[in-house]
Amino acid sequence: MAKQIICENAALGYEDGIVTEGLNFTVSSGDYLCILGENGSGKSTLIKALLGLKPQVSGKIEWCEGFKATEIGYLPQQTPVQRDFPASVREIVQSGCLSKTGFRPFYNKEEKKLAESTMKQLGITELAGRCYRDLSGGQQQRVLLARALCATRKMLLLDEPVTGLDPRAQTDLYDLIASLNKEGITIIMVSHDLAAALKYASHILHIGKKQLFFGTKEEYMNSKTGRSFIDAEVKDND
Amino acid sequence: MTDIMDKLQLYFSYPFVRYAFIVGLLIALCSSLLGVTLVLKRFSFIGDGLSHVAFGAMAVAAVTGLTNKMYLIIPVTVISAILLLRTGQNTKIKGDAAVAMISVGALAIGYMLMNLFPSSSNISADVCSTLFGSTSILTLKKADVWLCTIMAAIVIAVFIIFYNKIFAVTFDENFSKATGIKSDAYNLLIAVITALIIVLAMNLVGSLLISALIIFPALSAMRLFKSFRGVIICSAVISVICAAVGILLSILFSTPVGSTIVTADIVVFLIFWITSAFTGRAKA
Repeated sequence: MAKQIICENAALGYEDGIVTEGLNFTVSSGDYLCILGENGSGKSTLIKALLGLKPQVSGKIEWCEGFKATEIGYLPQQTPVQRDFPASVREIVQSGCLSKTGFRPFYNKEEKKLAESTMKQLGITELAGRCYRDLSGGQQQRVLLARALCATRKMLLLDEPVTGLDPRAQTDLYDLIASLNKEGITIIMVSHDLAAALKYASHILHIGKKQLFFGTKEEYMNSKTGRSFIDAEVKDND
Repeated sequence: MTDIMDKLQLYFSYPFVRYAFIVGLLIALCSSLLGVTLVLKRFSFIGDGLSHVAFGAMAVAAVTGLTNKMYLIIPVTVISAILLLRTGQNTKIKGDAAVAMISVGALAIGYMLMNLFPSSSNISADVCSTLFGSTSILTLKKADVWLCTIMAAIVIAVFIIFYNKIFAVTFDENFSKATGIKSDAYNLLIAVITALIIVLAMNLVGSLLISALIIFPALSAMRLFKSFRGVIICSAVISVICAAVGILLSILFSTPVGSTIVTADIVVFLIFWITSAFTGRAKA
């Protein structure tokens, strides 16, 4: 499989301090990488670095040949502004095509078609004229996912995608993401949800102040880090 | 009824009234376009802060005796807009505190300057008209009208050309950044246009009432419409109609132009609010 992102001994952080360091991992086309870590372990800093918005302090992050940081379809966490935003679903999905328009002020026919077909693929065609703020949490995430897919078909980066959804909607969204992954779209998901990570992911990256683990899911389940984390999680749930 | 028509006809035979009417409608249109974005981005307070800065700049321009005050007011306000936006992202002084600081400071210094170096014998009338725009709309010269028209055309053109980008940056800055759209540049663009609109609108409603012109039509439209485009078009229509009604009423009943327009905006907002409550689309 073609490598898309290579991260070598990277340290991330701000001028006044390193948040996380010693990051060594690769993402290849078709992977489903789940990034685990506690709050404050540098997950959001890592997201910014992967998107090319915040350069690493040291080390190397490389987007491999033919793949650019702007080709990552990003599903950010929702902001309070969005929850009450008067925009139709179609307008939001179309805005995913914006990076394709360049200096052209309006969308062309192909971009509009892409938006329609993506909505159809995610089963939100009948919502197209609805107002975003009137949708359920699960529907809103589908809309944002459709927008991300309009921007790129190579890689999706999902930041805690199921936060605030009810269990049913969580399962639906995870299944949808898994089916996109089967079509060949690389998935990077940042999550608290260990159970989902173990169920869906192909690779696990576990970070703390430094990298704790990187490898396939099976390796993780047999590793010391993985086992202690899984045990702790099971205890929490009891 | 014929009385009213006669009175209006009489007034509209004066060129300065016609100028005021045209400029008023253009300003209302421009301010409503950006209003939606400013309200949604939680930038309404920047509009308020900038209007005070514009007041300070106008006081300085009056003291230094510039023939066209716009030459000073426009650059000062635009620069303040850029600075305010910068400090909004800076962590040392939080955005709202910076706005409060700059706006109150400009207001105080402006008022002090106007008192120290009075340009006319009646200072309180001067101050009042700058703050509430009571008479300045009727003292527009032809050059002012042209300036207003050109600026309005620029604002509208920029808004249409960048409409999709403004939408994307308003809705989700993080996503836009991630897909390679220069959000910061568009935020800057929004700030600069806001500054231009505020300077323009100062002529019409005075610096204290500008925020009303920016936020009321947007808030009204957001009660009822479901798409961004719908909201924008509706708020533009509301704003222009309210400005027209306000100007006509102020002529007929000799009320101050600015506050009459704002009152019209408030009435429309209440109507939309009640309608949305009844149709079950009421949202905070």
